Amino acid sequence: MSGANLASGIGLPSPVSSSRPSTLIELRGITKAFPGVVANDCIDLTLRGGEIHCLLGENGAGKSTLIGILSGLIRPDAGRIAIDGVETAITSPRRALELGIGTVHQHSTLIPALTVLENLMLGDSRTLRLNERAARSRLADLSAQLSVEIDPDARVADLALGHQQQVEIVKALWRGSRLLILDEPTSMLTPQGVAELAKVLDRLKQSGQAVVFITHKLHEALTLGDQISILRQGRLVGEITPEEIRTQSQAELRAEIIRIMFGEEARSVAGVAELREELTSAPTARRTDSGDVVLELRKLTVRGAGSERGVDDISFQLHEGEILGIAGIDGHGQRALAEAIAGQRHPSHGQVLLYGAEVTGLPVSARQKLGLRYVTDDRLGEGIVGMLPVSLNLFLKRIGEAPYWRRGRIQRSVIDKRAGELVREFDVRAPSVATRVATLSGGNIQKVLLARELSFNPKVVVFHKPTYGLDVKTTATVRELIRRLAADGGAALVISTDLDELLEICDRIAVLSRGRLVGTVANGPDAAEQVGELMIGDVPVEEAA
Amino acid sequence: MILASQVWTQIFWTSALAGGLLAGVPLMFTALGESISERAGVLNIGLEGMMLAGAYCGFLGAYYGNTQWIGYLAGIGAGILASLIMVVLCVWLGLDQIVVGIAITLAGEGITSVLYQTRFSTTEPRLGNVPSNPIPLLDRIPVLGKPINGQFPLFDQPLIVYLGLAFAAFLAWVFRRTHIGLNLRAAGEKPDALDAAGVSVVATRSYAVLATGALSGLGGAYLAIAGTGGFQPFLTQGQGFMAIVIAMLARGRPIAVVVFSLMFGIALSLSTLLQLAGINLAPEVVNMIPFAAVILALVAFARRAYLPPALALPYVRGAR
Amino acid sequence: MSMESAAGRGLAAPRPRSERTIRAQRALDILVRSIVPVLLALAAGAILLLALGRDPLSFYRNIWDGGVAAGSWQDSAIAMAPFLLIAAGLTLIFRANIWNLGYNGQFLLGAALVSGYAPSLVKDVPLWLAFTLLFLLSGAVAGAWTLLPAILKARFGTNEIITTLMMSFIGIDLASILIKGPFHDPSTPLPQTAVIPLNKMLPSIPGTRIHIGLLVAIAAILVVHYLLTRTSWGLRLQIMGANPRAARHFGISLARLTVVSFLASGFLVGLAACADIMGLWGYIRTGWNPAYGDLIIPFVFLARLNALAVVPFVAFFAVLYTGGDLAAQQANLPTDFLYILVGLILLFMTVIEYLGRKRALGASYLTPGLKQSLRSGLIRRRRAK
Repeated sequence: MSGANLASGIGLPSPVSSSRPSTLIELRGITKAFPGVVANDCIDLTLRGGEIHCLLGENGAGKSTLIGILSGLIRPDAGRIAIDGVETAITSPRRALELGIGTVHQHSTLIPALTVLENLMLGDSRTLRLNERAARSRLADLSAQLSVEIDPDARVADLALGHQQQVEIVKALWRGSRLLILDEPTSMLTPQGVAELAKVLDRLKQSGQAVVFITHKLHEALTLGDQISILRQGRLVGEITPEEIRTQSQAELRAEIIRIMFGEEARSVAGVAELREELTSAPTARRTDSGDVVLELRKLTVRGAGSERGVDDISFQLHEGEILGIAGIDGHGQRALAEAIAGQRHPSHGQVLLYGAEVTGLPVSARQKLGLRYVTDDRLGEGIVGMLPVSLNLFLKRIGEAPYWRRGRIQRSVIDKRAGELVREFDVRAPSVATRVATLSGGNIQKVLLARELSFNPKVVVFHKPTYGLDVKTTATVRELIRRLAADGGAALVISTDLDELLEICDRIAVLSRGRLVGTVANGPDAAEQVGELMIGDVPVEEAA
Repeated sequence: MILASQVWTQIFWTSALAGGLLAGVPLMFTALGESISERAGVLNIGLEGMMLAGAYCGFLGAYYGNTQWIGYLAGIGAGILASLIMVVLCVWLGLDQIVVGIAITLAGEGITSVLYQTRFSTTEPRLGNVPSNPIPLLDRIPVLGKPINGQFPLFDQPLIVYLGLAFAAFLAWVFRRTHIGLNLRAAGEKPDALDAAGVSVVATRSYAVLATGALSGLGGAYLAIAGTGGFQPFLTQGQGFMAIVIAMLARGRPIAVVVFSLMFGIALSLSTLLQLAGINLAPEVVNMIPFAAVILALVAFARRAYLPPALALPYVRGAR
Repeated sequence: MSMESAAGRGLAAPRPRSERTIRAQRALDILVRSIVPVLLALAAGAILLLALGRDPLSFYRNIWDGGVAAGSWQDSAIAMAPFLLIAAGLTLIFRANIWNLGYNGQFLLGAALVSGYAPSLVKDVPLWLAFTLLFLLSGAVAGAWTLLPAILKARFGTNEIITTLMMSFIGIDLASILIKGPFHDPSTPLPQTAVIPLNKMLPSIPGTRIHIGLLVAIAAILVVHYLLTRTSWGLRLQIMGANPRAARHFGISLARLTVVSFLASGFLVGLAACADIMGLWGYIRTGWNPAYGDLIIPFVFLARLNALAVVPFVAFFAVLYTGGDLAAQQANLPTDFLYILVGLILLFMTVIEYLGRKRALGASYLTPGLKQSLRSGLIRRRRAK
């Protein structure tokens, strides 16, 4: 396997000031298969109280399945779980909660329309009536323990994402717990939010709690974790013990982990942001405001839809050959902005100009033809029509256009031919162009989307979370495509909540906060910090050179 | 046209209320039931079929049992049986709620019609009058307390009506102050959250649908027993769908359900009312009014209606 | 998380099969899933008949006699004309993820208008012109009756199940008023319109008793199928039905498409009414409500919303309908028995779909968007802060 030691229950120095006996949760030989894939293949894992154990692996490695097993959502096909020496079966979420296993899932399990208190009281019923008083006092206790402030009567939908996560942690600890599981907890947080989370985790660790968190970001694992288990394609391929973390340098650890995770492919993916330790710019040269203005927004105001916020008075310029990033906490108006630029949503004020000409009134198809494209973040919900074949999906923004349709009639052979070319060009792995697109893997679906938007002379392309949930190889490919678009004379607007991604590829990064553009930062060594501060509103609006 | 001063008499308005109550009670029971289902995220298009099942069995029960109470029980039972189909197919197996609902309505209409006609088409029996229970003191109020046109006066209703109103208040309490209410709400808003909290979504929704069946069966039974005094094929004439609208408009608040049911009940009993006022309209025109009222209500109140996000979506653990 | 990135490795990789076997398997699958619910419903119906003390075998034999044998197949074919037109209209609208349940009212209004104007029209105007005008009139009226629900849905997202149902009830009453009022046949006290003389009704297909309304119906089926499968408009419709959010993303105008498809489906229902009146009945009276649509819906689903595939199903149902009349009379049962059979077919269809889904990830009967339609119901999108 690998050179790193496989931890196997060797005694470790006990953690600082435990107030209770140390928990021990052992997983042995856990295996789980789904149709077509083995998600977990004979995995051993040991979780101890007072220790933050990190499960590291790229998207698709099997981490979420393992966590699903621990939290009772999934039953393993084989393997044993022992809690404090007693063999136990975690048969349902309810059972997991009874055993003291609390989970903070990647996708929120809070109900937005209800208040914090109602969410916390959910499922905690031994009586018929809701016992509000008891709930309030418990919340106060836990908040004090974690040293966070939570308003019990606030509606969850009104809370900032960082606060929502705190509520989720409280909920996970509600019924007394041994183990706290966090699934990709930092994916939506600002850098400051991550720091706060680290503090909360530290306090938990001090009190003897066992903590497991999942991430695909190497630098996070090294910063937050006491022990790291590395998963790859369903198998446990290596471990980094607390000893090694203490004694070896960051660079050595990083190289070791990358080697474990990627083996021979290490070199081709080593440049990817998630694997780098420092959030600094990549070696390639940065272009700044030279070149013609290809896309301009003037005082654009767009109304939000549903529970998502809109944007107010947005103005910026995108230059030829530039990659501009839009950073911000999720739900601060990104979707409204993207859809307004794409033509899917009508702004209430302001203008969108493409190469100096106004396109504000033009529909999606017209903007497509002019080279203004939009790669949506909602691949399955919006980007494709699952039951249609790959070939049709590649032309869904050109319905009715020649030569694919003549006088309203579909020309299948023309479509299939061109689709074949695009599939080859963009390396879409699919049995044939007639396959239903929903059966493709996430990475290939994204490639279909990219093939659609980046074909036929793209000029200005809006990318919304382009590499979310993708495996590292595809991530690298996608980012390379974006760079190539800019290098060939086009321009890219990258909207993402993932700061790492933006810092890797963007020339400049603008920050969207509460629907307004609060500042723009040139990518460089301090960019991360500056962006973080802009995101939480500490710095007044300014234009950085 | 006589827009007479007759319209403005106390008799007219009392009669309106009394008639509204009579016609509104079946709607009220059924709509209360539908509120429970919808709160939990299940849309029950089969309400019409369940009401009919309750009406027929209620009629049978009252006819053979000689008392309204056996009829009501029979109606409840029939409603539960009919809703069981929905529970198994939609909640447990996750099949499409709308298609199954249409099937239940069709089957309900067909079965009750066939069963009734094969047994009773020659005799067409009528049920006797339902005894009413006056509220002491209140029923002494002149005019308001007196019977109008053979309808129950306002404060002298059959016991089941008082029970129904009390139940509405009880339901409001359950929704707001108990775990059951919270669980129902969670099942309709975000079932994964309920599952993650350790409560069975399937069980919650199952009980909700069965409760709906029971209540709509009761509504149908009341319609047959106290309302028309007998059964006819296709008796409900779209009232099941009206109940769905009432539940949606009331946004799941039981007291609002009662109010809306009363309003629609008035619309339904309009023909007698108008005759009383001396306004003569063709029966078809009068028939149209409740349905037109529904559309108007939808147009006027649509923006304020609220549907739980998980409505009509089957829940499968672990699915994304 | 993309699990499929690990596909093809490890234990659970499926064995490759030839194209031919896959296609044959799928064809068999479809066949089974279409036929079995019908068979099960007939079986359950037989049990019900036994419970009622009737003989199922003779019941079903009477259906055959009344529906197929000795020339009665022509009566079934005549019944098919309105059925197919309604099926075409429903297939179109369900593909668009819109529940137009108001077909009964639309049908009766079209029928009333035709019955009202036909008697004078066929006298004053050459027959071919009269028929054309009547078909168009009927289609237009029925289509117009969908306008209010269509606009409410397109503009406000109002739930169309309720609005179309309410319009249907209103339409039925309105038709009654028209028949008793302006369209009433003055020569009779009965509440009905003037009877159109036989030689002024739709001519028959030579050699049969079947009126040419059936040809209109078949043409409509072909047109709808072509529209849905070959044209850009049809593709937009299907996308709107499958995934309205994606449709917006692709720049498809949902509001316009909603209204147009509503109108089209209403139009087809109107055509059905004209075919029925001008081909079969010749007049209309109050209280008549054949409610064809209620009974056709399950077969539209069984055919998986495919306009061509619905034809054999409708043929089967036409036999059931025509023969069932005779069978019910013989068995001394009300004809509403048919409702039970059709309801059972729907129920068994959903069960079979469930079983089928457990085995394979095949296409389901309903477009995914259809199931979600109610969620966009009564909500007017709330403004964000």
